[in-house]
Amino acid sequence: MQLALFIVFGALALGGALNLLLQRHPIYSALSLVVVMMSLAVLYWSLGAEFLAAAQVIVYSGAIMVLFVFVIMLLNAGKEEQTQGSRAAYSVGFPGAAAIFCLLSFVFLSERGSLQSTNIGGDLSSAVDNIAVLSAMLFTRQLLPFEVTSVLILVAILGAVVLARREQ
Amino acid sequence: MPLSASLTALLPEYVLTLTGVLIMLIEAVLKPGTSRKPLGWLAIAGTTVTGILSFYQLHLGVLTAFSGSIQVDAFSIFFHLLIGSVVVATLLGSLDYFESNAGEYYALVLFGAVGMMLMTCSVELLMVFVGLEISSISTYILAGFRKGEGTAVESSIKYFLLGSFATAFFLYGIALAYGATGSTSIAGISAGLGSSATPRMAFLALAMMLIGLGFKVSAAPFHLWTPDVYQGAPAPVVGLMSTAPKAAAFAVLLRVTFCGFPPLMQHRWSMLLWGLAALSMTIGNLGALKQTNVKRMLAYSSIAHAGYLLVAFSALAPAGIAAACFYALSYAAMNVGAFAVVTQAGGYKETLRSFEDYRGLAIRRPVLGFLLAFLLLSLVGIPFTGGFFGKFYVFSAAIQAGHVWLAIIGLINSGVACYYYLRLLSSVYTKPVESASVATFDPTPVVSVPAGIGLALAAAATLMLGIMPGHVLHLANYASSSLRITSAQVPPSAPFTSVTPLTNQPK
Repeated sequence: MQLALFIVFGALALGGALNLLLQRHPIYSALSLVVVMMSLAVLYWSLGAEFLAAAQVIVYSGAIMVLFVFVIMLLNAGKEEQTQGSRAAYSVGFPGAAAIFCLLSFVFLSERGSLQSTNIGGDLSSAVDNIAVLSAMLFTRQLLPFEVTSVLILVAILGAVVLARREQ
Repeated sequence: MPLSASLTALLPEYVLTLTGVLIMLIEAVLKPGTSRKPLGWLAIAGTTVTGILSFYQLHLGVLTAFSGSIQVDAFSIFFHLLIGSVVVATLLGSLDYFESNAGEYYALVLFGAVGMMLMTCSVELLMVFVGLEISSISTYILAGFRKGEGTAVESSIKYFLLGSFATAFFLYGIALAYGATGSTSIAGISAGLGSSATPRMAFLALAMMLIGLGFKVSAAPFHLWTPDVYQGAPAPVVGLMSTAPKAAAFAVLLRVTFCGFPPLMQHRWSMLLWGLAALSMTIGNLGALKQTNVKRMLAYSSIAHAGYLLVAFSALAPAGIAAACFYALSYAAMNVGAFAVVTQAGGYKETLRSFEDYRGLAIRRPVLGFLLAFLLLSLVGIPFTGGFFGKFYVFSAAIQAGHVWLAIIGLINSGVACYYYLRLLSSVYTKPVESASVATFDPTPVVSVPAGIGLALAAAATLMLGIMPGHVLHLANYASSSLRITSAQVPPSAPFTSVTPLTNQPK
C-alpha cells in the first residue's frame, strides 16, 4: 500500500514538474504546479505529517496557486516566446544539476542503514499528536522565529507598497 | 523564562523595530510633498540608541533568551555595533538622496538592520533563517528603489531570483542538519555530531549552508549576481548591502563553522573554505581588472574582499575569528566610505559612471577626491589604513595555522588589486579632457552637512583602524573568546539531540 501510494504519487509529482517546465502556455504550467503540490501533499500525509499535508494543500494549492492564476489572467499572458538559452546554462547547468542529484542520492543511499524507514501514517505506536507537538514547539522553543515572522511580513508589505507606487 | 531576560537580550532589536514602525506610521500621516528628512533623523536617532544599548549589553555578560535561541555575547555585540554604524553612516549619506518615498526607504533600512542583528545573535538556525530572509527581502526591494532606471529593475529581479534560490540551499542545509543531528540549534548540532549515525549527511548539510551563505557574502563561485546588482542599485544602498548583510552572514558562518561543526570536522570544512577563499580572491581581482564602470569594479573588489575574509576561516579558532571580525569592520568602514563618495560624486542620477567620468574629480572637488583616494588606498591595503591591518591579521592567522599557500595566493592577489584601484586613483587625479568635462560637470558640487558627517565618520574609522587598531583588536579578541567559551560550555546532551525529537516539552 505504502509502496503503491508512493509510486503513483511520486510519479505524478515528477510528471507534473516536467510538464510544468515543458508547457509553453503559463496557465498549463500553473495547473501542473497544482498537480505537483497535491501529489507532494499525499506523500507528506503517507509519511505521517498530516499537518504538513493540510498546510501544503491550503497554502500552495489554495492561496498561492489562486494568486498565480489571477496574475496570469490579469496580465493576459499568452504563449511563452522561445528564446535560445545561453550556452553557459546548458553546458554548466545540466551537468551541475546532475552532479548535485547524484551527490544527494549517494549520500542518502550510503546512509540508508542509519536513516530509519517509516510506515503509512508515520509511527502510530507513539500516541503523540503531531499537531499538539508542533503547536507546543511553536509557542515555546520556536516562539521567537514565530513572532519575528511578523517583521518579515511587514517588510513584504512595505516592499509591495514600494513596487506598486507610481513614479512622480 | 523570566520576562526581563528576553527583554534585555533583544532590547536593541526592539528599539529598532519600534522606530521602523513609527516611521511607517508618521509617513502615512505626513502630507505628500513635505520633507521626509525628520523621518531620516528619527531613523538615525533610533539606530544610535540601538548602538548604545548594544554597548550597554557588553557589561551584562552572556545573555540567553527565548529557550536558548538567542545568545547575546561579545561576538554578537561586536557585529551589532558594526551593523549599527554602517546603517547610521548610510542614512546620513542618503538624507538628501531620495526626493520621494524616502519614508519607505528609511523603514526598510531599519527593518533590514533588525534582520541582520537577529542573525548575529541567534544560535538557533531557524531564527537565523528568518533574520536572513528579513534582511534579504529588504535589500531586494532597496536594490530596485530608483524605479525610473532600467538597470534598477534588472538589479532587483536578478537579486531576488538568485537570492531566493540561495536561501533555499540554506534552508535545505538546516533540514539536513536536523536530520543528521536531531537539532536545529548550533549547540545541539555540535553535541549531536559526535553521536550522529549519519556523518556524511551532516557534512552535506554544512556544505548546503555554505552555498547559501556563500551567495549572501558573494563568494566565488556564487558571485555572478554581484556586478549587475551593484551596478543597478542606488549607490548608498550598495554601500549598505555590500557591508552590513555580508558582515551578518559572516557572523552566522563563523558561528556555524566554529561552534556548530567544531574542531572535530574543521579539517574537512576548512578545505571547502580554503577553496572558496582562493577562488573568490582570484576571480574577484581578475574580474575587476577589465571593468570600466566604477560600481562594477567595486562589486568585483567586494568579491575579492569576501575572499580575503574567508582566508580567516582556514585559521585556528581564536586568532581566525578575531581576524575575521577585524576584517569585517575595516572592510565595512572603507567600503561604506567609498560608496558614500560615489553617491556624492554622482548624485541621484549617477552622472559619474565610468573611470573616464571620474577624471579630474580631485580638481573639481578636492576634498571628495582626497577622501576617495584615501579609501582606495585602504582597499589596496597600504599601511596606516584599516585595510592594511585587516589583511595583516587575516594572513598572519592563516600562516600560523599552516596555510602558507593560501596566504601567498592572497598576497599575489593584493598585488593584482593595486592595478585597478590605482587606475581609478590616477584618473581622479588627472586633468579632465576638456570636451568631455563640460557635459559631466556637476552644477551643485556641494556635499550636504549630514552626508559630510557620514563620509567623515567612515574615513575617520578607516584611519583609526589603521593607526591605532589596538582597541578594536582587543574587542575582536574578546568577541572571539566569548564565542569559544560559550561553544565549549555546551552540555553533552542537549534536550533535542535524539533523532525522534517530537517529545512534548513540559512548559
